[in-house]
Amino acid sequence: MNINWGVMIPILAKAIGETFQMIGIALVFTIVFGLLVGVLLVSTDEGGVYEAPFGSRRLGAIIHAVLGFIVNIGRSLPFIILMVVLIPFTRLIIGTFIGPTAAAVPLTIAAIPFFARLVEIALREVDTGLVEAARSMGATRGTIIWKVLLAEARPSIVLALSTSVISLLNYSAIAGTIGAGGIGDIAIRYGYQRYDNSYLFTTIIILIVIVQMVQLVASAVARRLSHR
Amino acid sequence: MITITDLHKSYSPRNARGTTVEALKGIDLTVADGEIFGVVGQSGAGKSTLLRCVNLLERPTSGSITVAGQDLTTLGEADLRVARHGIGMVFQHFNLLSSRTVAENVEFGLEITGVDRAARRARSAEVLDLVGLGDRASAYPSQLSGGQKQRVGIARALAGNPKVLLSDEATSSLDPETTDSILQLLKELNRTLGVTIMLITHEMEVVKRICTSAALIEGGRIVESGNVIDLLNTPKSKIAHALFPLGESRGEPGNTVIEIMYAGHLADEPIVGRMSREFGIDVNILGAAVEVVSDHRVGRMRLELPGSVESNAVPIARLKDSGLYVEVLEGAL
Ligand SMILES: Nc1ncnc2c1ncn2[C@@H]1O[C@H](COP(=O)(O)OP(=O)(O)OP(=O)(O)O)[C@@H](O)[C@H]1O
Ligand SMILES: [Mg+2]
Repeated sequence: MNINWGVMIPILAKAIGETFQMIGIALVFTIVFGLLVGVLLVSTDEGGVYEAPFGSRRLGAIIHAVLGFIVNIGRSLPFIILMVVLIPFTRLIIGTFIGPTAAAVPLTIAAIPFFARLVEIALREVDTGLVEAARSMGATRGTIIWKVLLAEARPSIVLALSTSVISLLNYSAIAGTIGAGGIGDIAIRYGYQRYDNSYLFTTIIILIVIVQMVQLVASAVARRLSHR
Repeated sequence: MITITDLHKSYSPRNARGTTVEALKGIDLTVADGEIFGVVGQSGAGKSTLLRCVNLLERPTSGSITVAGQDLTTLGEADLRVARHGIGMVFQHFNLLSSRTVAENVEFGLEITGVDRAARRARSAEVLDLVGLGDRASAYPSQLSGGQKQRVGIARALAGNPKVLLSDEATSSLDPETTDSILQLLKELNRTLGVTIMLITHEMEVVKRICTSAALIEGGRIVESGNVIDLLNTPKSKIAHALFPLGESRGEPGNTVIEIMYAGHLADEPIVGRMSREFGIDVNILGAAVEVVSDHRVGRMRLELPGSVESNAVPIARLKDSGLYVEVLEGAL
């Protein structure tokens, strides 16, 4: 293999930048809305702190069911289809569906339900006894969510986040095929369409390195946070 | 300090096929100021439900609960939260936050009440000293033994200076020695701080060691309750019998078997010796137990007297006169 680094490096650098850009934007929204949805899923369920919002168990059950339904829809669509379906929406809010910023829209929509379910699992693992103890001390619902549920689930949430980042990386490569740019785009355009294996292998190595680093950092942070 | 009136609690079924569980069926109970009140009963009797109703973790179906003069069942959510600051709770499985240090766990309740950081620090150091864990403030719960975790649980419950401490099987996951030290601690705190303690247990040993009063709950109803020493002198008291199991030795047919229960100064008197001397009869001891119950020496004895109940009428009357509780189990056959 005869690699022209002088040509390849700037191309790859730009692609990595684009990948980080779309994942970065998507990640910010995913964290905010994923946590919110995850917390809502757990707290509106039977026995949750918001099982009866405004005193109505019915309302809690409805919110829980509707939210679960929407999340499942998000989880059931293959990313490539979701992306196509969302093109009008993306155009509406970004002005275009081409480029990394636009790609962040479907990435976010795909990652929120995924991350939200992982957050839900993490929160459900928190011992109900801790919530009971907090209630016995006169804690408000907000305190229970912040200082008990989210605080105790921090290590699991960090791991859930790394899993989500890796999924986003995966999706971003698919997004690359329809004009998002990024590492996936390079692999397809240079590697697949031009039969240039040097690009294909280099992008594979880059992806592997990113995934390993994300997992390594997340595991280390989770270990630090966990005092179980 | 705690008055429970006609308390009912039923759990409605989760689905159409389920049946309603009536966990509490009309509980009346009074826990006086400064008492250590034990609630005993079999698994499923409703002990935990009762205790959780006291701070309204479980909302009663009907009835009222008054703690420190305040009827909790009438309070709205915000007032109830404030009322809970005055009621500490200790749990069987400690329920400490694993993400917080010992000190931070103790401070949790103070954070909720809005005490500032410096005051929280000072108070947590104070209560941790009280429970003997002053040197472990910066440890995490996972680094502590079960007994130490429970001490943290107790410190946390006490941090806000509650008038009442509720304990649901606080010693049930601890080994006997650790149980002992935790019971000693509770007793000590009751004495020095004057905190009223209501505890749930299935171990009579706990009642024997620290309770001043006790209640027996069966199938959601209180079947017996009162001062422990009074109960010991109450004919056919189930609690008293559970505190003092005497075995099954029944004596010879034709003889009289009596059980006597004695407490306080009477426990120091040589009852059997005096009786045989005074009436010239051979008293056979079938079973005996002398123990310290809430700081009183109390005993129970099963005695066999030769001859029929009638022929022993005088010695039995004499025992009763001297202030002992006497129960005649069987007479001449
Ligand atoms: N959340 C609940 N939903 C339905 N039934 C319940 C619930 N909690 C308790 N019960 C029922 O109420 C009854 C009393 O339960 P409780 O937990 O108070 O017993 P307990 O005396 O504490 O028993 P143990 O010694 O085993 O802890 C039981 O029949 C139990 O099945
Ligand atoms: Mg129980």
